[in-house]
Amino acid sequence: MSPKIDIREADFDAGAEIEALKARADSAGAIATFTGYVRGGAGLKSMRLEHYPEMTQREIARHVCEAGRRWPLQGVTVIHRIGPLVPGERIVFVAVASAHRAAAFAACEFIMDYLKVRAPFWKQEERDDGPHWVEAKASDDDAAARWKNS
Amino acid sequence: MKLLYFAWVRQKIGRSEEHFDPAPGITTVRELAEALKGRGAGYGEAFAELDRLRAAVNREHVSFDTAISQDDEVAFFPPVTGG
Repeated sequence: MSPKIDIREADFDAGAEIEALKARADSAGAIATFTGYVRGGAGLKSMRLEHYPEMTQREIARHVCEAGRRWPLQGVTVIHRIGPLVPGERIVFVAVASAHRAAAFAACEFIMDYLKVRAPFWKQEERDDGPHWVEAKASDDDAAARWKNS
Repeated sequence: MKLLYFAWVRQKIGRSEEHFDPAPGITTVRELAEALKGRGAGYGEAFAELDRLRAAVNREHVSFDTAISQDDEVAFFPPVTGG
């Protein structure tokens, strides 16, 4: 299983990505996906994402590999956008192909949980009252930590 | 040693990367951070509270007790907020 990991400014077509993953994993019986969007409200006008390019790819790859050790996966696609984004835009996409749905759902959630707490991205929001760096949430650490004992 | 800074750490210091030759007694990420704290106003602010910072050595997350050497790439940044 060689994952597709794509860090990019441009938007993506989730439907096309699912079809491309299915073509790479042609015996898969299930593809689970997660799409994250820039959440609007609270005076948010736009946001900008920066990352640590030399580290991002390998940090995501490490957790995709770990997912592959835990579940029988046939293919994984992870896309994360960087640069300027406005509310409502797609920001992240994870798709996991496996023989059956249980592994696909679980691995998709596992990859997303670790991406939130380990992949070196940082969001700066532009709000009505100026720019703010987004603070990390303890609930995200908790979500990732629950996989340690399973 | 190559140093990299991201997010508000980069903004407070005013640069995204630099070369730095740590004094011989500096052997861990924590000692490096303490040494950088004394380099000027922006550094003092960026490294004021080390528990608000995270670090990577050679592109892997590490604790502040991790040993460092001259050829390492060391990055300092806030807790990540992607996804």
